[in-house]
Amino acid sequence: MNTLALTAVEQDMLDGGRGAGVAMAMRMVVALAGVLGAARLIPITNAHIDSCLYHGQAGLDFAQKLAGLGATVSVPTTLNTSSLDLLHPGLVRLPPEDAVPARALMDAYRTLGARATWTCAPYQSTQRPAFGEDIAWAESNAIVFANSVLGARTERYGDFIDICAAITGRVPFAGLHLPERRRPTVELDCRALPAAMLDHEAVWAALGDVVGRQAGSAVPLLTGIDPDLVDEDKLKALGATAASSGGVALFHVSGVTPEAIEAAGDPAWAGLPVVAITAQMLRAARDELSSGADLSLPVDAVALGTPHFSLREFEKLSVALAGTEPFHPGCTVWINTSREVLAQAQEAGLVQQAQDLGAKIVVDTCTYITPILGPQERTVMTPSGKWAWYAPMNIGVDVVFGTLEECLASARAGKVIRDERQWS
Amino acid sequence: MSDNGAECTISGTTLCAGEASGQLLVLAEPLSFWGGTDRKTGLIIDTHHPQHGASLAGRVLLMDASRGSSSSSSVLAEQIRAGVGPAAILLTARDVILALGALAAAELYGTHMPIVLLDSAGAALLRREDTPKRNSSSVLKIASLHVSVQAGGDGNAVVAFPAHVAPGPADPVTKRGTP
Repeated sequence: MNTLALTAVEQDMLDGGRGAGVAMAMRMVVALAGVLGAARLIPITNAHIDSCLYHGQAGLDFAQKLAGLGATVSVPTTLNTSSLDLLHPGLVRLPPEDAVPARALMDAYRTLGARATWTCAPYQSTQRPAFGEDIAWAESNAIVFANSVLGARTERYGDFIDICAAITGRVPFAGLHLPERRRPTVELDCRALPAAMLDHEAVWAALGDVVGRQAGSAVPLLTGIDPDLVDEDKLKALGATAASSGGVALFHVSGVTPEAIEAAGDPAWAGLPVVAITAQMLRAARDELSSGADLSLPVDAVALGTPHFSLREFEKLSVALAGTEPFHPGCTVWINTSREVLAQAQEAGLVQQAQDLGAKIVVDTCTYITPILGPQERTVMTPSGKWAWYAPMNIGVDVVFGTLEECLASARAGKVIRDERQWS
Repeated sequence: MSDNGAECTISGTTLCAGEASGQLLVLAEPLSFWGGTDRKTGLIIDTHHPQHGASLAGRVLLMDASRGSSSSSSVLAEQIRAGVGPAAILLTARDVILALGALAAAELYGTHMPIVLLDSAGAALLRREDTPKRNSSSVLKIASLHVSVQAGGDGNAVVAFPAHVAPGPADPVTKRGTP
């Protein structure tokens, strides 16, 4: 086995000098270092916790034990989506045997000192990690965004270790914390994609689906994309879907993402194996993400905001909805967002219009991880690749994947409206 | 413990220490514990998985690595708590997600489910033993191969199983008599 070298402070944590809760967290961090074969630990500046979503008694026991032993987080720590919408009681139809422990789990993480953000998009917060910071983030879409778009450094953390890293402020020096592991290993040449097509977030999600399938858990470098066409919502859609169809935790876009800009001209980034990406591959991904759905059936719901809707996406929605008809009475438009972004959007006057047309807002959780949709909502349209990937398995719906404009037109008509011009 | 009084052993690396034994279950495809297995029963519920409906409970799982969500750590820990988890897991990659589930269960409940890293030759040998094979006139169904796993805290792990079929000279195993 490797020999892990601990600093005096880290050894003191492990030995219980900082309390039994810190010692328990440090035992987990040290054990993980052993699994990874790491030689030392490094300090982190920030943590994002996914363990606050209820998956059974063991997760609750773990959080309550840490809290009971007096542990608290030692770095700024945000919380991922939970199973409940605390601002809209009654929206989530979770049976009491799950709702009660799910609520207790949320309370335990607040007791541990984490901020009640309840969002899968902590990168939309005004306070977010900076370039080069080592952090411990869980939740696959947040991990890939932090690594790729912010240039912060996090391994793929998950349940149990996220909170232990937050408490100890340490992670094993391994994986994507190592500079050499962050270099691209495959080039995905996107120059054949028409610029007009890249206007739509959903097209970026389809691109993410292709990226995930091509790259697996490797580090892809996307080339041939005009930087002026890119914004954070599109990179969010790309990363979230690539982390669903594959295990992508870091991607680079030439001329766009910070490490790609910094590495311009670096020979280590040249001479990679190249895969050409075509518009046809994106259309195939669109159709694959819609698999199983009968396109002639009524559209019962539209799911927006996976990952959570940003303020800019509320602005785009507001523009798209200006002067339009109300949604079809048989179709509910659901918008998932964080309570922080919702407050900003409400203050900016960007929410009422959608609600007047029939949209419903969900915060703190998401429509694909907990029972919110009614039993009559069977066919659901979404521009989210991640929602399309997971909702059929999680909540048993059929999904039609399309652009925001296609989704809104379909919501007004109550049936699937395709606009092939957006996909060519 | 074995038909002919001999057993094969494969050495591996301890990812999570513990001792266990059970019938081998070789996963034909990667599996996400979250969404793919039932946390209350240990059954494979992923309808796309070729072993849909099989139970993980008490089995020694052989798989390359898990796939998908990091919430699988919680699901594995919950299955261990509820007594419907695997007896042991044998991997060919350092799978952090599964290791964390086992580490958390050990921390909370003192239940030490071993996880062992095998090299590809060792895993291939177990896979070969697992496939039903014809032995003269009788078909030896070794899908129920009984495997014992000892994963020591010093990093050294041993996987042992009955030597139904003598390994070829190239196989990375040693044969030893049963005491």
